Amino acid sequence: MNLWRHLLLRLSTTALTLLCLLVLCLGLLHLAPGGPFDTEKLAPPEVQAALAARYRLDQPFVIQVRDYLVAALRGDLGPSFQYPDYSVQELIAHAAPITLSLGGLAALLAIALAIPIACGLSATRWGSRLASAGGLIALALPKFVLAPLLILLFAVTLAWLPAGGFDWTRPQSFVLPVLSLALPQFALLLRALNENLRAALLSAPVIAAQARGYSKRRVIWRHALPLAIAQSLSFLGPILIALLTGSAVIEQVFAIPGLGRYLVQAALNRDYTLLIGAVLTVAVIVALINLFIDALQYWLDPRVRG
Amino acid sequence: MAVSICAATPRILERGNGPEPDSLDPHRAQGLSAHQIIRDLFEGLVRDDANGNLVPAVAERYEISADRLSYSFHLRADARFSDGSALDARDFVYSFARALDPLTTAPYAAVLAPIAGAEARMRGDSDAPLGVRAVSPQLLEIRLSTPRSDFLRRLALPIAMPVQRSGIAAHGTGFTRAGRLHGNGAYRLIEWTPQSTLLIERNPHYRNASAVAIERVRFHVTEDAAHELKRYAAGELHLTESLPPGQATRLSAQYPGEIVITPAFASFFFGFNLRHPALRDSAQLRQALSLSIDRDILVRYITGNGESAAFEIVPKLAGESGARLRSADWSADARHRQAQKLYAEAGYGPSKPLQIELRYNTSLVNRRLALAIASMWEQVLGVDTRLRNEEWKVFVQNRRAGVVTQVFRAGWFADYADPLNFLEPFTSGNALNASGFASEAFDAELALAARTDGVARTRALESAEQILLDSYVVIPLFHYTAKHLVKPTVCGFRAHPLDHHPSEFMRFCEASAQ
Repeated sequence: MNLWRHLLLRLSTTALTLLCLLVLCLGLLHLAPGGPFDTEKLAPPEVQAALAARYRLDQPFVIQVRDYLVAALRGDLGPSFQYPDYSVQELIAHAAPITLSLGGLAALLAIALAIPIACGLSATRWGSRLASAGGLIALALPKFVLAPLLILLFAVTLAWLPAGGFDWTRPQSFVLPVLSLALPQFALLLRALNENLRAALLSAPVIAAQARGYSKRRVIWRHALPLAIAQSLSFLGPILIALLTGSAVIEQVFAIPGLGRYLVQAALNRDYTLLIGAVLTVAVIVALINLFIDALQYWLDPRVRG
Repeated sequence: MAVSICAATPRILERGNGPEPDSLDPHRAQGLSAHQIIRDLFEGLVRDDANGNLVPAVAERYEISADRLSYSFHLRADARFSDGSALDARDFVYSFARALDPLTTAPYAAVLAPIAGAEARMRGDSDAPLGVRAVSPQLLEIRLSTPRSDFLRRLALPIAMPVQRSGIAAHGTGFTRAGRLHGNGAYRLIEWTPQSTLLIERNPHYRNASAVAIERVRFHVTEDAAHELKRYAAGELHLTESLPPGQATRLSAQYPGEIVITPAFASFFFGFNLRHPALRDSAQLRQALSLSIDRDILVRYITGNGESAAFEIVPKLAGESGARLRSADWSADARHRQAQKLYAEAGYGPSKPLQIELRYNTSLVNRRLALAIASMWEQVLGVDTRLRNEEWKVFVQNRRAGVVTQVFRAGWFADYADPLNFLEPFTSGNALNASGFASEAFDAELALAARTDGVARTRALESAEQILLDSYVVIPLFHYTAKHLVKPTVCGFRAHPLDHHPSEFMRFCEASAQ
């Protein structure tokens, strides 16, 4: 199967997945108790009727799905229920770049730290154990504990960095969220690389390189590492997905207006249009990352092509 | 790297403001956080001053007819929107009509219902004559269908604020964006980053612009009080929207002179669903459940932010008298003895304990309160309480439907400082009457209070509240407080019963601005 045919097949299954996701989301939202207009101080009945008509909630479910789909294909995700001054695509256009930037930086940081540390520590048995144990500890530390600890240390006690908020013009506002996002993923990657490096060091090509008298550093970086990275690719997909789709916890803790925060807010507020818009955006990001990893594996691994 | 706002004389007031404002359209906004900003961007015919007293605003004076059905507002000749365009009586006629149009989907439209023709307009009859008329550009007349003693108070709410017709015609619902939104308040919108910050600056066309001391104000979305506190501690906020529960004592020691706690015109109570047979049929049982709760323990050990124990629904100002639960001055022992007696009279006891469900919306404080109250009921009466927490939307839906609820958490933050606003939700058939309480005597007293003034009104309100309390439809538990941390560099932050704090009244203190 050639690459283009492979990608086309993946794209068509992705489109079908998105359609199923849309129907599922709309269905679940309609089944969930509590509606978008259930508020403490109830609006007059005529206002409720006008709201239902505006958001087409007075239409049968099938018509709602059809209308949403037609509008979505035109790029119109409708007005937000909770924030009626904004359309959903405006809110997502605002949130997605923030989430993608923070996630991208966190991914780069996790990779940039994991590779040299894994290479440095995997050379010895104790180093390898240290990498494994350190990774486990970092992995076990929940984000909702790590992030407030970082805030207490760097924002409240040392006053070096802001405690929250996000501002494109203030790079320091990126630091703590990126660190909090990157650390657990760095730990995952470190453990995976460490194990795969150890396995690679025992593989025939690496032993052959050692036998040629190359330095330990060269053996690890030139011969073992590429093998370990290829083996770790299956970890990279979930890591990128976890980082690029936004962490509701981190965005909530640091008051970052990203996709994760919108997902939580929209679910709590029963903001149907915003929730579906955010879910579809996340689904598209996940699909694109999976396509990228697929293509990478297809290119790197001849067994996939077969 | 310096991130502290105290590093130099600050020019921007950094305010924690709670959740993201749902809208900046004064007719469509519903949340308290949105209203706080809207009061900086818009101004109605009348408004609250810094202390909560009603004062003329766009109207420099007004007259009320002898039959109290007609209000004549004389508007200021210098009233302007923030783009410099004139604001006159015709803008108010347009704005009232827009607020009442169901297509605007204004959640607070019913506030304007006393205006003649308003109810027909709210039903969608756009041809119905509305009792709002521009007699001249500077004279606005409003006619009511029946006298309403709280009508002027209602006119201070965002729903009665003027919007610019040309902006709405050009941009529709998007007229609230920075660069398009032209209000008539002390500030104008510069930047709105959803879920993050909102920046406003002094409006040069405001009628009182020279008295506005702070040039720029930035509102921060702060949904979590604990995180807001960290940002305050890190020097990123000048004032917080709230405090985390139960930390007032610690924070008073940590930030002496910076913590501001004032009684709020708001109450927390539990309601009984009178559609439930056991609760409907026995006032003794409801009274016993109310008597067995020690409110002092709740406010001292659970809420812990200066709240006061409540024995009434309408909060009373210091020294003010009025309706109260008749057991308010009893000792705890006397209350418990009476509770046990009534519980037995209602047919319950150790061999036949009451089994009841207490439902509340998910929150740490609500859970602790529910646990404490279930424990008090168990200790004093032997009641077997099932606690049930629900997500807010589900809870509100269930509470309103009144099908599955038995005892439920409730509360009320007044829209305007008037006891009527607290008591009207308990009138027969009111959509907010989650208990299903219906009393002709209560309704009659409230109707009297709504159309009279002075002593007769006060008496009617007291009588209505006493009827409600004697019926044991609700268990008043405590009155909320407004609680904030305010940096010493900020002056002019005053106690306000509704927790309204327009930035216009604040300033940076010269002496301590370092």
